[in-house]
Amino acid sequence: MAKPTRGFLGRGKAARDPRLPPGQYDAGDQWPVLTAEVTPHPDLASWSFSVEGLVARPTTWTWEEIHALPASVYSGDIHCVTTWSKLGVTFSGVSVDTLLDAAGVEETASYVLAFSHTGYTTNLPLADVTGGRAWVVWEYDSAPLAIEHGGPARLLVPHLYFWKSAKWVAGLRVLDHDEPGFWERNGYHDRGDPWLEQRYQGD
Amino acid sequence: MTDIRPETPHAKTFRMALSSPARHLAGQHYVVRLTAPDGYTAQRSYSVASAPDDSNDIELSVEKLAGGEVSGFLHDEVLVGDELEVRGPIGRWFIWEGQTPAVLVGAGSGVVPLMAMLRLARQSGHSELVRLAVSVRSQEDLYYADELPGPETTVIYTRRTPPSNSRPAGRLTQRDLSPMLMPDATAFVCGTPGFADSASELLVGLGQPVERIRVERFGPTS
Repeated sequence: MAKPTRGFLGRGKAARDPRLPPGQYDAGDQWPVLTAEVTPHPDLASWSFSVEGLVARPTTWTWEEIHALPASVYSGDIHCVTTWSKLGVTFSGVSVDTLLDAAGVEETASYVLAFSHTGYTTNLPLADVTGGRAWVVWEYDSAPLAIEHGGPARLLVPHLYFWKSAKWVAGLRVLDHDEPGFWERNGYHDRGDPWLEQRYQGD
Repeated sequence: MTDIRPETPHAKTFRMALSSPARHLAGQHYVVRLTAPDGYTAQRSYSVASAPDDSNDIELSVEKLAGGEVSGFLHDEVLVGDELEVRGPIGRWFIWEGQTPAVLVGAGSGVVPLMAMLRLARQSGHSELVRLAVSVRSQEDLYYADELPGPETTVIYTRRTPPSNSRPAGRLTQRDLSPMLMPDATAFVCGTPGFADSASELLVGLGQPVERIRVERFGPTS
């Protein structure tokens, strides 16, 4: 533990919601928007999601096709590296397991690189997007996901810091090596576990 | 903490001497982390306002947010002589290294990282490389009011203008930005998400390439 800061009493450990990882605060009703690029204006008619790379069957889904897959819902918490968290949120969409199973992930695969329509990328271990831990979602709290929050569809990997939940996601590239994405090349951690406070490179 | 001074009724600049040498790039930020006696921590990121220099000091300008846990502490408790835990400099995206043309567009506290860029340009004798537009409600909301105005800068008043101002009060428009564009310039936009979105749209509409617009959004949704 670092030396206490003179005069800082904080909001008290005992009063903290145990769902908050270290260093995070509850944003309550607010949902801050942080993006490095200009907000895009995606068009549903030309929207697609692809799984490519080390898969038996590279696959692309249109908006209608992805909605025809079995639905999946996440209810829980999300955590941003800038320290806000939102507790008890609900997203709906499709499980990444469903998408990867359709494409058939090869045995040598160990990582994915998520890429967005804006050119944004983020890397994740394959283990962090499988086993019911990741989704492609298009609904937040029973309403269509707003553009500024990544709509029409974003990746959702809630057990990691939220920059891994790529907004405006366009697909996953399956790899046998780790390839740092946008924020990872700009100083942020390759994995991003909020419970281990893996915020920046070197943490 | 070596110096604390007000910028506006709601913002202060905190000058700190770093315990280990670090030279930041204009646009980067530091994380300030507070630790309570029971181990509870709160941390926030603040952009560096000072240009990179050899002093080993950094200046962070912080707006006091209503209910702000860290900003409230900085404004109300911290004294010159106190030690704070900081981490940085952080960021490799929203940075300007001083060699290429840059169009800087900010609102309110969004001016902070842009000020580091302006200061770098001026101190290196290359202020022809930057053009800065800052949007504020009124004069009292302008950070660095004594220093910021200059041939490279335009202040946009959205609610109340100073007496001699030729431009009437109103939000940033394409007309304000159009004379600022330069060939091959990168645009840096910083402010609330609402401002960042509208300023980016104006720039795109004026022909600034999307891939040469870098955006940093401060604070919650609006």
